[in-house]
Amino acid sequence: MQNSKRNNTLFLVLTLLLLFLFLLNISLGSVAIPIKEVFKSLIGENLSKETWQYIILNYRLPKAITAVLVGMGLSISGLLMQTLFRNPLAGPYVLGLSSGSSLGVAFVVLGAGLLPEFATSLLLSSYGIVLASCLGSFLVLLAVLFVSHRLRDTMAILIVGLMFGSFTSAIVGVLTYFSTAEQLQKFTFWSLGNIGNLSWTSISILSISVFVGLLLSLFSIKPLNALLLGENYAKSLGLNYSKSRLIILFATSILAGSITAFAGPIAFVGLAVPHIAKLAFQTSNHTVLFWSTLLFGAIIMLICDIFSHFPGSDLILPINAITSIIGAPIVIWLLIRKQKMMG
Amino acid sequence: MNISKIYQKNKNLCFYVFKKFDLLYMTYNKEILSTSNISIGYHSKGKNTIIAENLNISLEKGKLVALIGANGIGKSTLLRTLTGIQKPLSGSVFLNNTNIQEYEPLALAQQMSLVLTEKLPPSNLTVFELIALGRQPYTNWIGKLTPQDITKVNEAMHLTQISSLATKKHYEISDGQLQKVLIARALAQDTPLIILDEPTTHLDLLHKVSVFKLLKKLAHETGKCILFSTHDIDMAIQLTDEIIIMTPQTVEQNQPCNLISKGSFATLFQDEHITFDSEKGKFNFN
Repeated sequence: MQNSKRNNTLFLVLTLLLLFLFLLNISLGSVAIPIKEVFKSLIGENLSKETWQYIILNYRLPKAITAVLVGMGLSISGLLMQTLFRNPLAGPYVLGLSSGSSLGVAFVVLGAGLLPEFATSLLLSSYGIVLASCLGSFLVLLAVLFVSHRLRDTMAILIVGLMFGSFTSAIVGVLTYFSTAEQLQKFTFWSLGNIGNLSWTSISILSISVFVGLLLSLFSIKPLNALLLGENYAKSLGLNYSKSRLIILFATSILAGSITAFAGPIAFVGLAVPHIAKLAFQTSNHTVLFWSTLLFGAIIMLICDIFSHFPGSDLILPINAITSIIGAPIVIWLLIRKQKMMG
Repeated sequence: MNISKIYQKNKNLCFYVFKKFDLLYMTYNKEILSTSNISIGYHSKGKNTIIAENLNISLEKGKLVALIGANGIGKSTLLRTLTGIQKPLSGSVFLNNTNIQEYEPLALAQQMSLVLTEKLPPSNLTVFELIALGRQPYTNWIGKLTPQDITKVNEAMHLTQISSLATKKHYEISDGQLQKVLIARALAQDTPLIILDEPTTHLDLLHKVSVFKLLKKLAHETGKCILFSTHDIDMAIQLTDEIIIMTPQTVEQNQPCNLISKGSFATLFQDEHITFDSEKGKFNFN
């Protein structure tokens, strides 16, 4: 009972922190806007400067919302993978979903020269890239489903994911030989991750995808808890294993696929955030972990975005570099500190 | 309006009568699980590998039943068949007079709980949370525990005398304690039948005896049927109600004393260095 009191306090603190960071994220940037003014703008009051209103509505607010969606979605997909595969190092990356997206985008961006003129202009629009990315991650999902159906072995699925990563980088390597400097630059920018340039239309598509993914995850909480005892115990508790696994895999691919399409492959968030949540709440109960991972995911993505925009300057660092710089040491530290906690 | 009301009333009445009959039937019929001439084994590449044939096993309420046999004789295959994980090559396994293969996973989980030999995956589960997972067949879509669920979990911890461990993480306790926790989880699942796969392996003599006595107490006090496989034959002879003995020739089910007088234990191990002393009920090694 003491535990639940501690959890409630933690949840309250995290929620307040999330709200504060959301406002702070909007207020910071090349033009600093006071938090008070940001708050006013969000509740619909007029601001003292019209340019601020413009900046917030067209640049800062979309970016902050994207950061929250990306953080929540990737973290939850990481949590689902870690429990399903009983592997603390699982995430959308390990499963190869992000690699699949990258491959799709690489084909469109780098291989465009090999296609006829009219197809090129069609594919290189932002919609073409989104489509290619979703298709890529979906194809990997189908491959993973096929393999998991055939092998019924979780380690094998992880190895297949790793192989997709190697396969992707090899194909990308080959494609770079056939591509121009301009195409290469475009692909490199996409692969560095970017959450800043989304239109409101893109954000609404992303929101719907993330919402569907999170809803499926919410309905997977009970099966995930049963899976903490292993597949056989879970089955003996009345779990329809293949159905639950399919739902969990679908949720993951929707979350990872749509986010990677819009924001590029963002590293380490999916892997590190669930561990931070597990460490903070000292539990494996997914009812608690689901909400705490959501909150931590959004908070950490907002922090990473604040750092990437180097407050007070025009300089923008790639978000992927920031998440890796923060995420990689966290994972190593976690691994060394508590082997048993992982799970 | 009237017609639907009448229908509703009759439906309830029918249901009530049906339920009464069911209860009456259950009190007179103590048998929970039975097999009709099943043969067990594997089916691969179009060929059947038969491990044992013509098995007739009957498990009754309130009885502690041990399954013994040498390594590799097919104990695990038999348990997998009895739990419905694997289909028998021929014949059927009946749970409450219904073919076990026809059970929905959830309905089966409310009739039969398992304690397996496999290691638990790493997690932060506390003893209480682990036992509470046994309530999953009864909880709602998100797995929320009702006060009744919590009572059942506490009862299970009380029966297995592990209440003091409730807040400990499952990896912080000893092997003997963990085995009791897993038994408590099966108890919390509230099923008339509990099946355990080698629950006493890896335990010292003291803890073996305490698990055996616990299982016996549970079978007799709660009226559940408990079936478990074991290699501790002398303890099984002394502490169980019935033994299923698997030898290359036959599979027999009987009370330990009857099996001794029939000389069944002598055929258990095909080795001249191991003989069974039927007067002491113990194995001799020379």
